[in-house]
Amino acid sequence: MSDLLRIENLEVVYNDVVLVLKGLSLAAEAGKITALLGANGAGKSTTLKAISGLLEGEDGAITDGAVLLDGQAVHGRPPEEIVRRGVFQVMEGRRIFQDLNVEENLRCGAFTRPRGEFRESLDKVYGYFPRLKERRRQIAGYMSGGEQQMLAIGRAIMARPRLLLLDEPSLGLAPLLVEEIFEIIQRFNQAEGVTVLLVEQNARVALSVASRGYIMEGGRIVMDGAAEELLGNPDVQEFYLGMGASGQRKSYRNIKHYRRRKRWLG
Amino acid sequence: MHYYLQLLINGLVVGGIYSLVALGFVVIYKATQVVNFAQGELVMAGAYVCFSLTVQFHVPFLWAFLMTLGFSVLLGLAVERLALRPLIGESTISVIMVTIGLSSVLKSLVQLVWGTQIKVFPQVLPAEPLFLAGVPIAPVYLAAFVLSALLFAVFSLFFKYSRLGVAMRATAFDQQAAQSMGIGIKNIFALSWCIACVVSGVGGVILGNINGINSQLGYLGLKVFPAVILGGLDSLAGAALGGLIVGVLENLCDGLAKDFLGLSGFKEVAAFVVLVLILMIKPYGLFGSREIERV
Repeated sequence: MSDLLRIENLEVVYNDVVLVLKGLSLAAEAGKITALLGANGAGKSTTLKAISGLLEGEDGAITDGAVLLDGQAVHGRPPEEIVRRGVFQVMEGRRIFQDLNVEENLRCGAFTRPRGEFRESLDKVYGYFPRLKERRRQIAGYMSGGEQQMLAIGRAIMARPRLLLLDEPSLGLAPLLVEEIFEIIQRFNQAEGVTVLLVEQNARVALSVASRGYIMEGGRIVMDGAAEELLGNPDVQEFYLGMGASGQRKSYRNIKHYRRRKRWLG
Repeated sequence: MHYYLQLLINGLVVGGIYSLVALGFVVIYKATQVVNFAQGELVMAGAYVCFSLTVQFHVPFLWAFLMTLGFSVLLGLAVERLALRPLIGESTISVIMVTIGLSSVLKSLVQLVWGTQIKVFPQVLPAEPLFLAGVPIAPVYLAAFVLSALLFAVFSLFFKYSRLGVAMRATAFDQQAAQSMGIGIKNIFALSWCIACVVSGVGGVILGNINGINSQLGYLGLKVFPAVILGGLDSLAGAALGGLIVGVLENLCDGLAKDFLGLSGFKEVAAFVVLVLILMIKPYGLFGSREIERV
C-alpha cells in the first residue's frame, strides 16, 4: 500500500531557539487511520501544525526535513494552499467560531470547496451528527463541549479532505462521548476512504481504531508498529495504558520502571 | 418646533454619514483587531479624488463617483499591503501607531496636492427642496440618507449570507482556526481595508456634496469614535445606530444649548458627553459582544 503522507527528518524550531521536533519521520498509509501518541510536550501538535502549515502564525519554522503529500513537498506552503491540496486539520480544543451559528461554521469548513457540493456535504454532516441538524441555527458558542467537537469534525467533513489531521478529539469529553466520536471517525474513514492522522493522549481508544501507531517522546519517534502490536507491547502498556508489565497496576516503588523509561527516552 | 424637526433631519443625515464611516471602522476592527485612527483621512481622500475628477477633469458626476469607488479599492489595497501587512504579528500598539502615522501622511498628501482652501462640489442634485410632512428637505440630504441606508443593507446581507462575509466573521473570531479552514487571512485583511476605504470614500463624497470639503475633513474620524464605541466596537448594527444617535444628538444638543443657555459650539462635545454616560452604564457599548462563557 502507498503512503499518502510522508514526513522525513522534520525539524521545527519555535522563536528561533526552541527545538521542538528533532528529526521526526513518519508515514500515514492511504485510507488508513494512523495514531500518533505521546506525553504532553512531546511535539504531537507541532507535528500536525507543521503538516498543515499553521506553524506560520506561531513563530514556528521548519528548519530541516520534508513533509511530502503524495510525494510532493508541501512544507513551507501557506495553510490555505495546503487545505486546497486536501489536508484538513481539526485543531486541539475544537476552536469553533463561537459567534457564528452551526451552519455558518460548516460553511467555513467548505470554504475551499465548489459551491455546488455544499448541500450534499451538509446532508452528509447531518447524517453523521443528527444533533447538529437540530441546532443548525444555534450560536455555536452556547453548545456543549461534545456538540462543539461534533461541529469541529463536521467542518472537516465539509472540506472533503484526503488527509484528516485530528488533534485530541477526546479532549474534555465524557467516556461515552469519546466512544461515539471515535466511532464516527472510523465510519468516516471507511465510508470516504479518507486517510487519518490521529493525535491522542488516550492511547487505548486511539490504538483501537488505528491500524498503525507511532509513539513520540521529546520531539522524535521512539517506537512504531501495527496497532495490535503496540497494544501488546509491555512498555506501551506500562507507560501509556497505565498497567504494570504483567497486567496489574504499576507500583512506583519499582526502581526498574524509571530505569527502563530512562533508557527509552535516551 | 419646526426648527428642531429640521435639526433632527440634519442629524439623521450627518448621522448616516457617521454610520457609514463607522461601518468601515468596525469592519477593520472585527477582521484584524486594529483600531484604525486614519478612518477620517480615508473619508477625506475619497472626497478629494471625487472633487478632483468632477471639477478639475470635468468627468460627469456619476462616473466620477464610480471612479472614486475604484480608487478607494486601490487605496485600501495599497494601505494594507504597504503599511499593515509588514506588521502582522507585531503588537497591537505598534499597529495603532502606524494608523496614526498613516492619518498624518494622508492628510499631508491631500494638502500637498489640493491645498488647504475649502472646495465646493458642483451642484449635482436640484437645490429645490422636497417637502416631507411639511418640512423642507434638500434632495441631497435625502439622497445621502438613502445611499447610506442602502450601503448598510448591502453590507449586512454580505456578512450574513455570502461565503466571503461569513469567512470574514470567522477570521475576526479566530484567525488561526480560520486559516485551518483554508481561509487566506491576508486576503481577508486586504478585503476589510478595501471595504473600509469604499464606505469612507462614499461618506466623503456625500459630505462634499452637502458642505464642501477642506483639509480638516479628517477630523470627522474623531466623531466616529463615539459612534462606534457607543454601538460596541464589533457590531455592524451598533455602528449604524451609534452613528445616527451621535448625529442626531449633536444637532439637537447644539440647538438646545443655543436656545436655552446661549452657548454655541456645544455640537463638538455633545457626542462625547453622551458617550461617557452610556459607557458608565453599558461598558461594552449598546451592541458590543461580550465573550461567550459557557457554564
